[in-house]
Amino acid sequence: MSDLRHEGSSFLGSLRTAVTGARRRSRRPGPVAPGEVVTAAHAVSLTLGGAPILRDVSVDVRAGEVRALLGPNGAGKSSLLGVLTGDLSPEAGDVLVHGRRLRDWSPTELAMRRAVLLQQVSLSFPFTAVDVVRMGRSPWRGTPLEEADDVAVDEAMAATDVTHLAERHFTSLSGGEKARVALARVLAQRTTLLMLDEPTAALDLKHQEMVLQLARAHAAAGGAVVVVVHDLSLAAAYADRVTVLARGSVVADGGPRDVLTEALLSEVYDYPVEVVEHPGGGAPIVLPRR
Amino acid sequence: MSAVTGPVRAQDDDPAPDDAHAPGSSTPGAPAPSTAGTPSTPGTPSTPGAPPAVGRARRRAARWLMAGLGVALVVLTVLSGMTGQVPVSPAEVLGSLAHHVGLDWGPMPSHPQGENALWVVRFPRVVLAIVVGAALACSGALMQGVFGNPLAEPGVIGVSSGAAVGACAVIVTAGALVPGTWVAAAAFVGGLVTTFVVYALARAGGRTEVVTLVLTGIAVNAFAGGLLAFFTFVADPAAREQIVFWQLGSLGGATWQSVAVVLPIAVVGVAGAMLVRRKMDLLALGERAAHHLGVDVERLRQLVIVLVALLVSAGTAFTGIIAFVGLVVPHLVRMVCGPSHRTLIPASVLGGAVVLLAADLLARNVVANVELPLGMITSLVGGPFFFYLLRRTRSRQGGWA
Repeated sequence: MSDLRHEGSSFLGSLRTAVTGARRRSRRPGPVAPGEVVTAAHAVSLTLGGAPILRDVSVDVRAGEVRALLGPNGAGKSSLLGVLTGDLSPEAGDVLVHGRRLRDWSPTELAMRRAVLLQQVSLSFPFTAVDVVRMGRSPWRGTPLEEADDVAVDEAMAATDVTHLAERHFTSLSGGEKARVALARVLAQRTTLLMLDEPTAALDLKHQEMVLQLARAHAAAGGAVVVVVHDLSLAAAYADRVTVLARGSVVADGGPRDVLTEALLSEVYDYPVEVVEHPGGGAPIVLPRR
Repeated sequence: MSAVTGPVRAQDDDPAPDDAHAPGSSTPGAPAPSTAGTPSTPGTPSTPGAPPAVGRARRRAARWLMAGLGVALVVLTVLSGMTGQVPVSPAEVLGSLAHHVGLDWGPMPSHPQGENALWVVRFPRVVLAIVVGAALACSGALMQGVFGNPLAEPGVIGVSSGAAVGACAVIVTAGALVPGTWVAAAAFVGGLVTTFVVYALARAGGRTEVVTLVLTGIAVNAFAGGLLAFFTFVADPAAREQIVFWQLGSLGGATWQSVAVVLPIAVVGVAGAMLVRRKMDLLALGERAAHHLGVDVERLRQLVIVLVALLVSAGTAFTGIIAFVGLVVPHLVRMVCGPSHRTLIPASVLGGAVVLLAADLLARNVVANVELPLGMITSLVGGPFFFYLLRRTRSRQGGWA
């Protein structure tokens, strides 16, 4: 299927891509049925610098659901997300996007299907916040969807509560503000799949809830979300499916109520953990035993 | 190598979405889920929303900057035409220019040698100054973008020295009368190799720390300096003079022949830079994030490195090492109209031309009847500016890293 490979491998090819913009040639995303597997890793193993990071890990992300990746520090959550995004290449196993291998898609085609929020958000030059959010629209340049740029940017900034920061220089924002602007950029990309690596790490209580509510709303609208979080109660409240990783392997995978048990979590985190039913009948609350 | 006739997508230019990956899709062309890349409300007017204040201010600033630079370029060209031993009035400079493009207005130079002075000595020099300044500033802007570091500059990180080594190697081996094309080609190869080496050595995790970059520059400049010293040592007197001239940086040797070699290279380099400038903005987010936004980072940076080498070779082949133009100009442009490469690249091209033309005018007029080396002027101005930028970067980032 050579016609599916990323076009050209030559300098001339790259010049042509730069001149014509590969976008016009890119396969646009079509509708996605609820429950369809949007992206999946099959039996993935990864070694970095001689140390095994992931061992035989499989996970899938379906349209209409929020999947949380949980686990202690160094369990391989971010690495698994890195493998799913293609930033890290596994030694063994496959990563599929809409049923096709990752390398069968061009970067632009991938960018039209999924948006990625990295843990580290940096910027080399003093762009304003709205400039940064606008960058999220770049995959759609040269397509009819370009018309929605301004609406998408405005909506994303309103949803993440950063409209008032639009004119500020990104580099002058606080950590939490940067994280929300980066999230706005990811939302402005308007992709089916959102991949969020610890989006709540720098955020206050209100904005942590806001981020997970946005993820829920995205899934409810037919999208898919895979998110790395540390707060187990947040995961219990907002995720449809949770994958618990420990030392590079999946130790549990399923609905939050089935997976987030005292026995499992105490063992995985090597610390006694208590799972308390919410007095108001909400999602269970996970607490360290004090 | 699949080159231009490489594989073309099955859905080439087909606006309909490819539904091959969504077997269950019943209505091809139907919008994806509401959050997935569709305009939210079909009735939404597609007029661009009111651009934000800073954005608008920056765009206005960019227009004024471009206009101001254009005017400055014309004024400096006329001034350069007037300056020299043969007196020529501003009207005569314009008149002579007009006659050469076929317009019959304005006076011709009244001095018997006026026309010659303009077209044999001064205008080649003016054009070379414009081309070299534009090439250097453009290469600086590209380099800063691809290194993700505002201190990258051809002179500072040693790419100019690398190009000089290539050129001097040819001058020494082939003699002082070597054709200019060879010198330019050797400068290109030297610049390309050096850019790749610096890039490979200085980068870690998608960006270059200030310390690493500056230290790499010291190492590369030291090594290139050693090679240049070696060439100076083994060269015969004629070649030696040329090498010394190279290290000083000067427009003194400008001829239409040198312009004919340098101009096409610079045009290709600048045109390439204009084509990739939108993607350069995304690189500011870091390599991984740029890739997630659809940029083929690997390919883009290879392309940019080749463009940088082209521009630096154009900027050094006949004029030697003129440092700091590539650093100062993009910075000044950023201060006025923001960091977006959409305006940064064209404004830097114009700005570089203006700055070098002005520097050359200064070099010719500070001391009566003595032409100071151009590289000396730019370094005397650019060195302190570089220091100021280092201080500013330190205070902004809270540390040298």
